[in-house]
Amino acid sequence: MKITLWGVRGSIPTTSPDTKEYGGNTSCVEVDADGWLLVLDAGSGIQGLNRSLNVKNSRIDILLTHLHMDHIQGLGFFGPLFNPATEIHIWGPAGNSQSLRARLGRYFSPPLFPVYFRNLTCKLILHEIAKTSFTIGPFTIQSDYVIHPGPTVGFRIQHQRGVFTYIPDHEFALGCNINKVKDVQWLSGSELASGADLLVHDAQYTSEEYQAKQGWGHSSMEDAIQFAGLNEVKRLLLFHHDPMHSDERLRFIQNQLKEKHKATVAFNMAVEGSAIEL
Amino acid sequence: MAYPIELILSRQLAECLDMPVFLTDTVGNLLFYNEPAEDILGKRYEDTGEMAVDEWGTVFKNKDDGGNPIPSEELPLVKTLLNRLPYHKTFWIESLQGRAERISVTSYPIIGRPKTFLGAIAIFWRSSE
Repeated sequence: MKITLWGVRGSIPTTSPDTKEYGGNTSCVEVDADGWLLVLDAGSGIQGLNRSLNVKNSRIDILLTHLHMDHIQGLGFFGPLFNPATEIHIWGPAGNSQSLRARLGRYFSPPLFPVYFRNLTCKLILHEIAKTSFTIGPFTIQSDYVIHPGPTVGFRIQHQRGVFTYIPDHEFALGCNINKVKDVQWLSGSELASGADLLVHDAQYTSEEYQAKQGWGHSSMEDAIQFAGLNEVKRLLLFHHDPMHSDERLRFIQNQLKEKHKATVAFNMAVEGSAIEL
Repeated sequence: MAYPIELILSRQLAECLDMPVFLTDTVGNLLFYNEPAEDILGKRYEDTGEMAVDEWGTVFKNKDDGGNPIPSEELPLVKTLLNRLPYHKTFWIESLQGRAERISVTSYPIIGRPKTFLGAIAIFWRSSE
């Protein structure tokens, strides 16, 4: 199973000389195994996948954690959507009162986008998910709601080579003291992350920044590391970098965190364009 | 097995509130009670953890203003669990230690996505507050 990070930035694409090391594109992760292709979120990072164009699959599955703009803004630019020979499955959460199609249709319509859903020429199949288990080729996937404004899920992707958990937007610590959590069944996302070989998790803020941004739907890096430790994750990638964090700042923070958390889970800042083999 | 986030968030809200809150599953097992609720229950969550419905349901004797016992099926939380609707009632409770107190109870169901009944909340309003 090969996991390629095409977009690791949160909130808004932030491409500048100051962000070229870690990357400025928003959430998009490619998962390949046995000739099957999953695309996790469709932020601006999907452009990298477009360019890589090993997208020759006749079927592609796009798994959306939620429909905030930084997770769907690249969708309309994904080439295979306009290829009649391609079958595209989009999996994502419905709203409380609107279907997934209706919610995505707001993006695929003027004035936000010139092309309507009905004008896409691929064979398009939508799947509404909640706390759902489903199978795509060699992958057994579990989705479940996690704490973030609006219907938002995370994914646990199981393959014979390992377990990859993807929770890019997640404020599990909202209203709780992570230091006092004794029972992970009271921790949002823990069922998805438990024992994962690789966890890609929201870590937008430093602990100090988080104090002023509680309730915004994101985690601090410190909390993400603790979350990974509590769930006995083997490797953690800190994801959804704050758009205000330059390469220099991320490098500095990472060094500080590594000094402080030597004995805990192995972790790194996620880097756009990097790939991990499980 | 983790709890649904609707229950997790309910607990996290309860932990932040300075009024007694009881959180149950769909059949009335007590999943969590906050610090102000510990005073009413006479127990500490840290000591008891979750409590089965039979266990915590017998902690109180419930009486009306005339001192008559109130059947359990007339209690707000029991009605909420049965009908998945909110209820409110003022009555007397007597703890196992014999302490009587007039309280109001507001209960409401927790309906999560997609339209799934997940449990209930009971908030106790103490008359002296």
